[in-house]
Order: sequence, then structure tokens, then C-alpha cells
Amino acid sequence: MNGDPSKMSCAEFQAQMAELIGSGEDLSAHPHVGGCERCRALLADLTTIVEAARQLFPSVEPPDEVWEHIESAIKREDKTAPNAG
Amino acid sequence: MADAPTPTQAPQRTRAGGGEEAAQGTATGRSTAAQPASAADAEVLARAQAGDHQAFAQLYALHKRRIYSLCLRMVGNVAEAEDLTQEAFLQLHRKIATFRGDSAFSTWLHRLAVNVVLMQLRKKGLSLISLDEAMEPNPEEGPGRSFGAPDLTLAGAIDRLALERAIADLPAGYRLIFVLHDVEGFEHNEIASMLDCSIGNSKSQLHKARLKLREALRMQNRQEARP
Repeated sequence: MNGDPSKMSCAEFQAQMAELIGSGEDLSAHPHVGGCERCRALLADLTTIVEAARQLFPSVEPPDEVWEHIESAIKREDKTAPNAG
Repeated sequence: MADAPTPTQAPQRTRAGGGEEAAQGTATGRSTAAQPASAADAEVLARAQAGDHQAFAQLYALHKRRIYSLCLRMVGNVAEAEDLTQEAFLQLHRKIATFRGDSAFSTWLHRLAVNVVLMQLRKKGLSLISLDEAMEPNPEEGPGRSFGAPDLTLAGAIDRLALERAIADLPAGYRLIFVLHDVEGFEHNEIASMLDCSIGNSKSQLHKARLKLREALRMQNRQEARP
């Protein structure tokens, strides 16, 4: 691999992306990204996905049966507990 | 880039928040009235720790949405999420007296629920892909597939339903790490600890999960673009 980041191939850059991103580096400032439209687009897409994921999955109410099952199980456990009354 | 999240930034944690609904009425009540979570939690928690069943029901009402939603996101299946929510609250009932307040209760409960889900996934044989495999460029799904033409990028807009579907279709291990990091806000070191894998493995699997999502979304864009 070439030691100069600005002369990296796309494959070399993308092979390092996971580690670079995971380490918190701002890849938009990476020399390769500055000169590569495809990798810039890839980075933009990944950013869009992360942003969109934050908006997903509104909290959902569990059905009432869940609590009924929990309550029943707690009663069963309380009855079998060593110090049950 | 003050507010613009990049893949390098974990989202603001949702798990540190408190109960999102007031503990009014029964555990199955649907009140959504806002109430300061810490105050509600503290009083209800103390009574629940002392064995007050009604207080435990109120605690359930306070946290059921968040825990059920977490389970649903992690497993992507309603029936399983219901079972896991049940198991998480049963474990909470067994362990609540051991909560000492070293962290926020909601954080502690969130971690407990994550562990319940992980235990279940392990029972089902979920194995995380090895670091070697994850780091190895794969012609089918590796970085090479990212060399798409610029006109097929997502162009900054993603259909919400399409993304939800793409996440649901991810292999379980990828979905788990994506949800834990990008949705729930866990750091790689926390994920590595929870999943008993290396930090490098967590980073690489998260990256591969995002690449898979990108491919799925681009595929859909291509299909929609066809005449």
C-alpha cells in the first residue's frame, strides 16, 4: 500500500474505513475522500443511513397480555419462593 | 459539522432516558402524560425494591415501551419481543433489590434487557462472524461492491420503511451490532464487552452492516428507477 493517504486506491481506503470510522476519525477530511467522488458518495450514504437510523423505531407499546403474563409468573414465583408465606 | 452526524459519531443515547410515560393506573394503562422521569422513578423504584407489587406494576408502566421497543429492534419479531420483554421484567423483579444506584435505573434496566436478548440469541445459536472473516474483502459483499456509479447513491434521502425493512433483513449478528451502536448508542468497547468479541470485530461488523444496508437501499432505488 502507498504510504501517502492522498494516493490511496479506493480499495485501500475502503479496507481501512471500518477502523477509521470506528475510531471516530472525520473521514470527510481524509485526503482520499477529497479527491474521490465515489468514496465521497459512499461516505455520504453511510452518514445518511446513520442519520436515518436515529429517526427510526418509535417506541412501541407492548400488548396488555405481556403484563398479564409477567404478573402470573411473579405470582407463581412468589408461591414457590423459600420464604413464601 | 456540529449537528450533522457522521458514521463516526454514535447517536445520542436513548437508553439513558427515563420512563416515557407517567405511572398512572395499572401497568397496562396507556397514559402518555409527561412527568419528570427521575422523580417518578425514584419513588416508585424505592417501593418496588421494598416488595410493593403495585409499585412494580407502575415501574412496568414507566418502562414497558422502551424495553419492548428495544427487544423488538434487536430481534425484529413481535412474538419474540413480547417473550423477551416478559423475561426482562421477570429478571428485573428478581434482581431489583440488588440495584444500588451506581448508574441511572433506566440505564441499568436497559442493560439488563440487552443481556436478556443476547442470552436468548446465544441460545438460538447466533454466532458473530469472526474478525478474520469480517475484515477479509469479499467479492460478493465487501468494499468492492461499493464502487457504484455516483448516480446510484442514496442522494441524502432514505425511505423510512425501506430502511426499516433493510434492517430487519440484515443477518442477526449485523442487525444486533447496528441496533446496539447506531440506534441504541452503545460504544464499540461496550458492545465488545457485551458480545464477548473484540472492539475491532464490533467496528468491522458495524461497517459491514451499514454497507449491506446501503446495498439494499440502492437495490431498491434501482428497482424503482426501472420503467
